[in-house]
Amino acid sequence: MWKWLHPYAKAERAYQLCNTLLPYFAVIAIVGLIVGWVWGLAYAPADYQQKDSYRIIFIHVPSAIWSMGAYSSMAIAAIVALVWQIRNAELAVIAIAPIGAAMTAIALITGAAWGKPMWGAWWVWDARLTSELILLFLYFGVLSLYHAFEDKKSGGRAACILAIVGVVNLPIIHFSVEWWNTLHQGSTITKFDTSAIDPSMLWPLLINIVAFAGVLGVVTLIRLKNEILRSEQHRPWVRELVNRG
Amino acid sequence: MQFESFSEFLAMGGYGFYVWLSFGSCALILAGILVGSILDGKKLKQAVKAQMAREARIKKAKEESQA
Repeated sequence: MWKWLHPYAKAERAYQLCNTLLPYFAVIAIVGLIVGWVWGLAYAPADYQQKDSYRIIFIHVPSAIWSMGAYSSMAIAAIVALVWQIRNAELAVIAIAPIGAAMTAIALITGAAWGKPMWGAWWVWDARLTSELILLFLYFGVLSLYHAFEDKKSGGRAACILAIVGVVNLPIIHFSVEWWNTLHQGSTITKFDTSAIDPSMLWPLLINIVAFAGVLGVVTLIRLKNEILRSEQHRPWVRELVNRG
Repeated sequence: MQFESFSEFLAMGGYGFYVWLSFGSCALILAGILVGSILDGKKLKQAVKAQMAREARIKKAKEESQA
């Protein structure tokens, strides 16, 4: 497996791999978002308690899941970058951070827009909301650390260390609804018990979760391509690539 | 279809403002970051092209001054 993986440490191969993967993620994202949003907004039945306001779940839960999923992937890339000194992994950290921050922002905004009609407040300083806000600041921290250094090597190392340390926040977010008294409801989908959601609502939710993963993949791949180009812009292969069009 | 008419669909049973605020901001943020990333890549390629053209010009000027 290592022999198979090793060529992708080379920038040019990684760039090509991004190009190969992009269309698959793009199809998942486009088809998933169209089906998921139309189903969720127009065809899923209204909730018996929250009526039509609950439809926010179809973007709130996917964005919240991938705000943490993106962070985990970013931390894994950071470990690879620090342990094996692979430059592409460092670039992946910087490529994931902006879309991770965007997912977190979406989770927070949709949460606020859902909290206002249901709880009566846009924002409460509750464990789940606060730890998710800290996640947003962690993403900002990783990005600004990377760009704060004149020397990209030390900037990359600092960003990777912060990304890894920030992982402690993930279990705090996940278990916050169990550890503390909170306004936020518990998990809707569980792996082991039967879900607390009817299949007529669960299916569009699952489709949206897959679609958001597609969006996460598309944006990460495009940004990783950009970062590879930026760091390799003086190499012959980049010049050939640009010349070809 | 859960809604009788398009205006009912927009109203979302009285929660229209919150539902459309959520979906609208979500679409805006995702579209924004996608377009921004694509434009960033285009700009990068143009910068590399400009650098190559500059190097070619310098090389040509040097050859002319030697001749």
